[in-house]
Amino acid sequence: MRRTRQAFEEQLEQLERHLLEMGTFVEGMLEKAGRALCEHDVPLARETIAADDTADEMDLQIEQECMRLLALQQPMSRDLRTIGTVMKVIADVERVGDYSVDIARTAIDLAETEYYKPLEDIPRMVEIVRGMLRQALEALVARDLELVRQVIEKDDEVDQLWYKLRGQLAQAMMERPEIVQQAVALLLVARYLERVADHVVNIAERVAYMETGRLEVLAPSHRTDADSEEDAPDPTAPAE
Amino acid sequence: MSTDANLTIEKPEGEIKLQTQHLDLYYDDFHALNNISVHIPARRITALIGPSGCGKSSFLRCFNRMNDLIPSAQVSGEVLIDGANVYDRTTDVAALRKRVGMVFQTPNPFPMSIYDNVAYGPRLHGIRERSTLDEVVEKSLRGAALWDEVKDTLRKSALDLSGGQQQRLSIARVLAVGPEVLLMDEPCSALDPTATFKIEELMIELMENYTIVIVTHNMYQASRVSQYTGFFLLGDLIEYGPTVQIFENPKDQRTDDYVRGRFG
Repeated sequence: MRRTRQAFEEQLEQLERHLLEMGTFVEGMLEKAGRALCEHDVPLARETIAADDTADEMDLQIEQECMRLLALQQPMSRDLRTIGTVMKVIADVERVGDYSVDIARTAIDLAETEYYKPLEDIPRMVEIVRGMLRQALEALVARDLELVRQVIEKDDEVDQLWYKLRGQLAQAMMERPEIVQQAVALLLVARYLERVADHVVNIAERVAYMETGRLEVLAPSHRTDADSEEDAPDPTAPAE
Repeated sequence: MSTDANLTIEKPEGEIKLQTQHLDLYYDDFHALNNISVHIPARRITALIGPSGCGKSSFLRCFNRMNDLIPSAQVSGEVLIDGANVYDRTTDVAALRKRVGMVFQTPNPFPMSIYDNVAYGPRLHGIRERSTLDEVVEKSLRGAALWDEVKDTLRKSALDLSGGQQQRLSIARVLAVGPEVLLMDEPCSALDPTATFKIEELMIELMENYTIVIVTHNMYQASRVSQYTGFFLLGDLIEYGPTVQIFENPKDQRTDDYVRGRFG
């Protein structure tokens, strides 16, 4: 059969390219925010905060592109699911940008504070969630359900680090009241990263929908705080 | 589901009005419909889509035996209305066409008044009493959402109506003989968007009392009005199921290609 709608196909490809660009940009924000926090780098933190305007702009532009394609091309089936997926995914990516800004602000707040111990688990969490985001976007472009599965698996690793950090920080606060301020800030950063991972899981679930046409929650235990708490160790228990 | 692994035919839930079993249609040597077995739900709108020449109009015409008018047409298999085969030798074809009305692509008002257009069918079926005819004409025109526009000009020529009004008059004329099924063959292809939307709204209203089957080239019309959709290709019914499934997540690659406009 002769293929038709080439112009529309090109517009869809362009839409995915723009989403990928936004994803890469926000992943960069997350990397910079993490580095600014670990290295007490205030200029890098400010750069991250300033970058959020660009991320928001990309979000709006992509949404506009989606609306235009919906209005002018009347997409059906896989095309419809692709555009619907992109519209949902940009919201999650944009939230990742917002959390990066929160981490960068914490980096500025703690710029003059010497950490009570070297940061290890937080940079590890940053690495994992960045990898998850990259993989989720690769999964979208490559329509790869195996990558989707891997992203969802990695979320467990992030959750475990979050529980571990929460326990450690609670313990440290009890033992050394003078570090409470930095411990609370670091606790929030760990929580932001755990939430970032949940947004990335949302993205992965959307990719699965785009491919299979089935809307389903693939990582149900990460949907609500109540569920997460069930598996969580007691934060006041002594750290390992 | 169909027993043929290459086809995805779902049976709708609820009451079934129309059904075909192993329906084949030939025009001389040309095999226009190939072994179609499908159930069509009562008081729902079923849309038939597919590229030109795929067999969807031929399929539609089997339900009121309009294909009988084509000398080269040969039908085998069964076409059932409420379980009775319309191709049975004992079928009264005139009575069948009263039960199964048809609306065509181009509005075709008779060159007579609006009133006489609608009263034509009832008169043909022997109704002579003026008050009964008045009642049928008003009810049919109301049913076709045309009454308010023409109630003061019933004696005027139907040819003076706009295209959209003429098409609603055609629908009123079908309603006047009290059908159970409405077959619509591209009923909006000659109409502008406003007239099209009026007909679509009317179809949704009529669905409460009638089983409607519509052939349309306009996929968006199919997606707007119908609850079930069948996709025909080269005489085969490739996929048949809930409209939302056909347009959001079709099971067959050929359906997917067609609804996405990827071949033609």
